[in-house]
Order: sequence, then structure tokens, then C-alpha cells
Amino acid sequence: MKLLLGTRLRERRLALGRKQGEVAAAAGISAAYLNLIEFNRRAVAGDVLGRLGDVLGFAADDLAATDGGLADELRQAAASVGADAGQVQEFVARFPAWADVLVAQAQRAAGLERAVAALNDRISHDPHLSATLHDMLSAATAVRATAGILAETADIDAPTRSRFHQTLAAESERLAGGAQALVAYLDGAQQEGPVTAMTPQDEVAAWLAARDWHLAEAEDGDIDTAGIAALASAAARDLAQAFAQAAVRDAASMPLAAIQQALQSHGPDPVRLAREFGVDVIAACRRLAGLPDVQVGLVMCDGAGAMTFRRPVPGFALPRAGAGCSLWPLYTALGRPMQAVEAIAEGATQPAPRFLLRAFCQVHLPQGFGVPERREAAMLILPAPSGPPAQMVVGPTCRICPVSGCSLRREPSTLTGRIGD
Amino acid sequence: MTTGHVMLIEDEPNITEALRFILGRDGWQVTAHADGATAVAAILAGRPDVVVLDLMLPGASGLDVLAALRARPETVDLPVMMLTAKGQGRDREAAERAGVTSFMTKPFSNTEITARLRAMVQA
Repeated sequence: MKLLLGTRLRERRLALGRKQGEVAAAAGISAAYLNLIEFNRRAVAGDVLGRLGDVLGFAADDLAATDGGLADELRQAAASVGADAGQVQEFVARFPAWADVLVAQAQRAAGLERAVAALNDRISHDPHLSATLHDMLSAATAVRATAGILAETADIDAPTRSRFHQTLAAESERLAGGAQALVAYLDGAQQEGPVTAMTPQDEVAAWLAARDWHLAEAEDGDIDTAGIAALASAAARDLAQAFAQAAVRDAASMPLAAIQQALQSHGPDPVRLAREFGVDVIAACRRLAGLPDVQVGLVMCDGAGAMTFRRPVPGFALPRAGAGCSLWPLYTALGRPMQAVEAIAEGATQPAPRFLLRAFCQVHLPQGFGVPERREAAMLILPAPSGPPAQMVVGPTCRICPVSGCSLRREPSTLTGRIGD
Repeated sequence: MTTGHVMLIEDEPNITEALRFILGRDGWQVTAHADGATAVAAILAGRPDVVVLDLMLPGASGLDVLAALRARPETVDLPVMMLTAKGQGRDREAAERAGVTSFMTKPFSNTEITARLRAMVQA
């Protein structure tokens, strides 16, 4: 917190045109001490911060507030191009608007990279496109070989010549049909709109964020079909539809008034809520994170650890792609199905808000014995209760995590350049 | 006098017919088989001098057939030409790793395929 606070204090004092000595005297500290604070060489909190707030005319909480994840976004942007992300918090504190611009540009660049990858993937792996092209090449092969025979062979007998003519006609027709099908397919793809710059999950997250993560119509058993239809990609529409259907089921089994009352009784404990409403714990987690006017983060992953859902909360950075921090209870729960796993965690970057992380892994056996089980894990990100110290320091993902000496690190940090100590 | 016995493992009947004519005209004894799953058995029974093997076949892929051939002592050195509409680098590399003798993409040249097959049996 010291970098951010000191810089902000200095900016505030200079903006008011006040001298360092005068402010220090008014706050009851020495000018030398204030100088150290302003240049981030001494931490400041408690009474001193309160008195400085009184002198400079701000609430201490405002200064201590997080930057809404902007610094983490910038670190991710720097990491994406292998740049040094040093002094990022000072940069955010002094130039927040430019920080916003940088983050927006980095996100746009990342989106365009994904669009290029999506186009490449479409050409390389689209099964329809691949099958059509293969069929056309086979037809072209037959046409070329048969035409070559007819051109090269002078003494070919009449029945064979006739048969080859028929082959030419049939394969030419097949080739023309394939070309028409290909054009129609590509036209159709273009009519779907520009290749989305986001992954389907990003699209769904943006749709939910625009709804403030609460699907109000689900409380009445309805689905936002118009909103879902407006999503750019078919994959996102499918994901959103499935999420909305789950929200309708959750709302029916955990009615709004009832779950709000249960929250008052049990607190945000998904295991107790699940027991009270007779639902599975994952559903209770999903319902908690989808209630109106709550600041509850949620991360869900499948059995391979791939994140399938992200609802961020300010101060707890979630990676846009790839895996999260191995210390997250989410992954501990994944290895201990049907057990409640929780931890109080502190963020790895400054300022370091504290969170209560509650995770659970559900095992689904949709087809009984003899087929692979399906694991689904969820982790709620809740405000930490005051009092107990943090049990761990967690980062968003190794690449931009500054924690040194972490035995679970899987790749070097662009902030420290080390994979371990 | 025949050039040798070539077995076509190809599921496109018009391509098979054209190849049968082209190779027969060049002096080859030509037999054909259209199914990947039973291709190895057909090759073992037919004992060809060279095999023209399509990559995408019903039942089992050409790569599977090739791997099975290379795993058997009696066919480990059998000349095999992979003939495929998939000419991408990774398909060629996969075929080479599996032990293909020659690789040709569709559409092919009639004169080139006959020249290549002759070279394979004379090598």
C-alpha cells in the first residue's frame, strides 16, 4: 500500500499548493517523515493517515481504496509483451486515465490476437470446412486423372471411354456442388458478423456483467432470449443459454426471499445453504454469486482445472486465460471432492485486500458405473472477516505474480524473473 | 510382362478406377481395397510389390494401416506411397514418422504417379 498512498498524498498536497513542512506540522509529524512517506519509503496508516486526511481534506479510506484491479490489468498487459512492469502502482496512481488507455489497448490487441487465432482455427479445424474441401479435392483428383486418361490414351475402347465420360460428368457435378456449398458456408459465416474479439466465455461474462451478474427474469422462470440472441458467437449463445437455464433452476429451488433470509441466518456458507434448500453445493455457490446487489466473486472449473466461469470482484485479480494460482482453494477442492475447503487469503500485490475463499468440488456420475466421473469445482470469493490473519498470499497467475519463494510456481514471473528461490 | 503388383487402398471409386486404368496401362497388375479396417489383411493376403495408400479411409486411417504394416516383419520394408487430399505439412510429417516410402498429394499427375511407383520398386 505504501507506494500508492505516498504518491497519492504527494499528488494531493501539490494539487492544493501546500508546502510539505506546513502539512507535516498540521498533521503532527516531522517534515522529514512526511517526505519519506510521500516518496514511499515509509508506510503510513492508522492515526497518522487519518490526520493527514484531515489536513489534506480527504477520507483515509478513499486513499487506501484499491485501484479496481487496474494495476493487475497493467501487469497482465506488460506480461503479454514481456515488458518490465515495475512501478506500475505509481503509474496507476499518477496517471489513471493513461493507465485506462493502456489497458484498453492491451485488451484490444489481445482480442485481435484471439480473432486471428479463431480464424486460423476455423480454417484448420472446422470440420465442415475440412470435409467440404476434402470432398472437393477428391472430386478434382478424379476429374484430373480421368481427363488425363482421355487426353493421353488414343486407343481407348468405346465402352471405357463412355464410362470415363460419365465419371467426368459426375465428378464435375460433385465439384460444382462442393464449390457452391463452400461459398454458401463462407457467406453464412460472414453473415454471423465479424469474428468476435472475445472468447465465448468472455462474451458470456460481458453479458452477465452488463446485467450486474443478476438475471432478474430467472426469478420468474424466464430467460433473456433477446440478450442471448444478441451475443456474437454461437458458442457464447449456447453457454449463455445453459447458464440462464441453470439460473432458472436455481431460482426455483432457492427462491429469492428465502435465500436472502437464509443468508441472514447462515451467512454465505454454500454447504449449509445447499442442505437447507436440498440442492448441490455448486448450485448454492452459483446462486450466491448471482443474487442482486452482492459483491461475491465466483470461479468455477472443470476436472482438468480449466476455468469455466469467472465473476471477478475488485481487488481479486482473475486471469483472462489459462489457469489461476495453484494456492487457490479451488484446486485443493478439486483434489478433495465433496469436502469444504476454505482459506483466508491476501492478494499478492499492493494494496493487499483480504478475502475469504470457500471452495467445493462436486462429482457427477451422469451414467453410473463404468464411465468417467465429471468433476466440477467452484470457489466463492467473499470479504474476509476481520480478525484472523491471512493464511496465504495468492496471486492471479504465476506469470504476473510477484511472490518469491512460492513452491507451487509453474513459470517465472515477469515481475521477478524467477521460477523459485 | 508386368511392372509389378500394386495394391490400391482407396475408398473413392472413381479415383480407384482411374488409377486402375493408368497403372494398368503402365504395365502394373492392379488390385484394390476400399476399407481401412481390413486393409492390412488384404495386403498380407495379396502380397503386392507396392501399396498406394489413401490417408483418410473408413474404418482405420492410412496412418493406422501404415503403422500396422511397419510393425510386422513381412511388411516392414514394403514400399508404401501415401496418397492424400490432405497435403499439409503435419500430415506429411506424420506419414514420414510412421515410415512412409513416398508421399503424394491429390490431385496428382498421371505421369508423375507412374514414374514415382516405378522408382519405388526399382530402389
